Amino acid sequence: MVPEGYYLILSAVLFAIGVTGVLIRRNPVVIFMSIELMLNAVNLSFIAFASQLNSLDGQVFVFFVMAVAAAEVAVGLAIIVSIFRARTSVDVDEMNLMKW
Amino acid sequence: MLDTLWLIPALPFVGFLFNGLLGKKVPKAVVYWVACGIVGLAFAGALLAFRDLLNLPAEERFFTQSLFTWIPSGDLLVKVGLQLDPLSAVMILVVTGVGFLIHVYSIGYMHSEQGYGRYFAYLNLFTFAMLTLVLADNFLLMFVGWEGVGLCSYLLIGYWYEKPAAANAGRKAFVVNRIGDFGFLLAMMLIFSLFGTLRFDSIFHQAPLALTFGGEMATTITLLLFLGATGKSAQIPLYIWLPDAMEGPTPVSALIHAATMVTAGVYMVARCHVLFLLAPISLAIVAVIGALTALFAASIGLVQNDIKRVLAYSTISQLGYMFLGCGVGAFAAGIFHLTTHAFFKALLFLGSGSVIHALSGEQDIRKMGGIAKKIPITHVTFLIGALAIAGFPGLAGFFSKDEILWKAFSSPQGSGLLWFFGVLAALFTAFYMFRLLFLTFHGKSRVEQDKEHHIHESPPTMLFALVILALLSVVGGYIGVPKILGGGNVFESFLEPVFTRYPVLGPLTGGVHPLSLEWTLLLVSVAVALLGILLAWLLYLKRDRIPAALVKRFPSLYDLILNKYHVDEVYGALIVIPGRKLSELTYDRFDLGIVDGLVNFVGEFVVRAGEGLKRVQMGYVRQYAFAILISALCVLGYFLLR
Amino acid sequence: MVTLNLVLWGILAALAVGSGLAVILIRNPIYCALSLVVNFFLLAVMYLLLRAEFLAAIQVIVYAGAIMVLFIFVIMLLNLGGEETRDKLRVLRPLAFLLGLVLLVEVVAALRYRAYTVENPPLSFPLVSAPPAVTGGVREFGRLLFTDYLLPFEITSVLLLIAIVGAVALGRKEPS
Repeated sequence: MVPEGYYLILSAVLFAIGVTGVLIRRNPVVIFMSIELMLNAVNLSFIAFASQLNSLDGQVFVFFVMAVAAAEVAVGLAIIVSIFRARTSVDVDEMNLMKW
Repeated sequence: MLDTLWLIPALPFVGFLFNGLLGKKVPKAVVYWVACGIVGLAFAGALLAFRDLLNLPAEERFFTQSLFTWIPSGDLLVKVGLQLDPLSAVMILVVTGVGFLIHVYSIGYMHSEQGYGRYFAYLNLFTFAMLTLVLADNFLLMFVGWEGVGLCSYLLIGYWYEKPAAANAGRKAFVVNRIGDFGFLLAMMLIFSLFGTLRFDSIFHQAPLALTFGGEMATTITLLLFLGATGKSAQIPLYIWLPDAMEGPTPVSALIHAATMVTAGVYMVARCHVLFLLAPISLAIVAVIGALTALFAASIGLVQNDIKRVLAYSTISQLGYMFLGCGVGAFAAGIFHLTTHAFFKALLFLGSGSVIHALSGEQDIRKMGGIAKKIPITHVTFLIGALAIAGFPGLAGFFSKDEILWKAFSSPQGSGLLWFFGVLAALFTAFYMFRLLFLTFHGKSRVEQDKEHHIHESPPTMLFALVILALLSVVGGYIGVPKILGGGNVFESFLEPVFTRYPVLGPLTGGVHPLSLEWTLLLVSVAVALLGILLAWLLYLKRDRIPAALVKRFPSLYDLILNKYHVDEVYGALIVIPGRKLSELTYDRFDLGIVDGLVNFVGEFVVRAGEGLKRVQMGYVRQYAFAILISALCVLGYFLLR
Repeated sequence: MVTLNLVLWGILAALAVGSGLAVILIRNPIYCALSLVVNFFLLAVMYLLLRAEFLAAIQVIVYAGAIMVLFIFVIMLLNLGGEETRDKLRVLRPLAFLLGLVLLVEVVAALRYRAYTVENPPLSFPLVSAPPAVTGGVREFGRLLFTDYLLPFEITSVLLLIAIVGAVALGRKEPS
């Protein structure tokens, strides 16, 4: 069996990739996708821990994470659609009204 | 009355509050009644206190009462306390008595003025301050009164504050006074550091032991005190404010700048006689300055053309006499002259006010003349006042002035030179006074046409004061008839306990002079007075072209004296202008440049920093995400490293 | 010990990382979405390896099946192309990579050097796991869900309801 530690490292790597994605991309949908990547990395680490500690609680947690992620994606994409419906280009940097 | 002594100064203060706060809202008559009535009550109180004092045997005529503690601060314990002895009794009688008459006079004089509530409020406030000054039992309380009268002087000189001349005069008076006050303050601090207390009684008891005779401490303290006196009592070098102070209403000139405030300096010197007696150098300086001022001011008064200016210089001159008296150790004589001078100088000022009133505001004596028959009461009372000040035998001024001149000659501190200055000044006094009288009342009328028609005698409220003061000018001297004329000099003996209370081995012992000498000098005084009157009559009534001819013969001398020896200009060049330049420079460089610059810099800095820092939040969401991540990493790192 | 297990797992992990990188680096958003789908499948396989069978199935059905479909629908709806205009914040790109790296290092360091329990540090690399006491089967999972975690379960359903309402409210066109 693969030691659980490796899974945790993989999870960390995926998480870091997701964070970098959020910072780099300008397309809002892609940013969202990076966030999903981050969520999944965390899911992986939960399950790894659950396996290591021999309890199902970690997996239940992941279940709930998935449910919430689904809800979040639905609402988030609805927001993105409503914001960018009327625009020509899709660029997060255009949403610059949260300033002085 | 002695237990309720505090009522005497307190009542005028109440009057001040009343008229100050409600003066505009109550009818005129109420203002008059309150103001005059209160001073009248104060005078009655003073009389009662005087009677109570007389009931005590002569050596015990010293009453003090501590009212409450004012400043308990470490070593400094100052209480508000009153002290009544013959000296302060004389002062309160003069202040309230003459003050009352002037208040009544003001009713008539100021009846057409707008701000009469303000006027009477200030007059009452002044009375309060002056009474505090003379009744105080310690230096600090006296200083409160001292400053208070200075303030009221400023307020009342500048009563017509819209007139630039009046406003400037008030300011000048205040500023010049302040220089004197500086001296007074320094002296107070020295006294406190040496004696540990500010109460007169304690200080004067300790003084002969604590101060070495003729030592630097005694001399310094007394010189500083005297500086304060020169400011308040208009002596050289700080007299320049008094002639300008004539911009104020005439009753103010009468009360403050003739009878009472300006005498505060004399009172202070007399009160501190113990200190002065321990510093013969200072005493000599007092006498010299007094004599010089007397002569100097009298010389200027010879050629002035404004009726009030003549009287102003006359006041400065007479104050010089009082200081001369004190300076040769004859404190009682100085106070005697203070009292008689209050009578006739107030009379003369009020009389001049009556003349000005009659002539619809004319003050130039070259435009007067021939009005004696038209304003008879004013004329007669003025004549009495002039005779008194000239030293005409039998009237009040004769006795007091002669006493001073005699002591100036005979006292161990005196000298023939001082006496001579005094006599010369007396000659000038008689001359300029009667010049004033003749030019104002007699001769051909030089009054302007439109004013001529309105010449009328003053209302009874004004005449009342004139008459009473004239009476006092006649009989007031008889309380001080010297021994050689058969009198017992009641005044001097009344004041004696004050000046012998504290044992001082002064320089006043010794010197018995032959009676014949005293008689001779007396006759000289009389002769000089009569000579002055005669000369004035000659030059201004008999051969009235002589003055003009004299002016033509000595134009530069005449100009010099007419322009008051250019003293104001000299002060201006030496002190005022450099002072103003310095303050402008300081204002520019320091105040505007540094202080404002600093404040503005801070403001600018904040604004610019804000402008710069606001670029942190551009509105880009990704930027915010960056910020969040960086901070999260920092926190994580911190916990990792712990 | 480098076993076949480890090698195969290594390939799996490499593919997962590769697809993750593809998500963040490819221009065309459709390709990004597809890479993400690949990533999810790979993760589902890993779940299976970790005895979370139920969750592996859920991952495929919900995540790869529903959520990613939603993504692709939205990309099509908005007709998103790649990012054409110049990035105003281009200067921050290197910094972003750097920060990602820093994050990675920090997390690994946290896992490696911090002890969570005395007996079982997270990165202890035990060669042999404990015998399988529990499995991630549906029966066990369901029992746990309906007993210990009942409240979160119910609340989650409320959450989903709210999400539905929100999505519908946001999605409709303004009445004109």
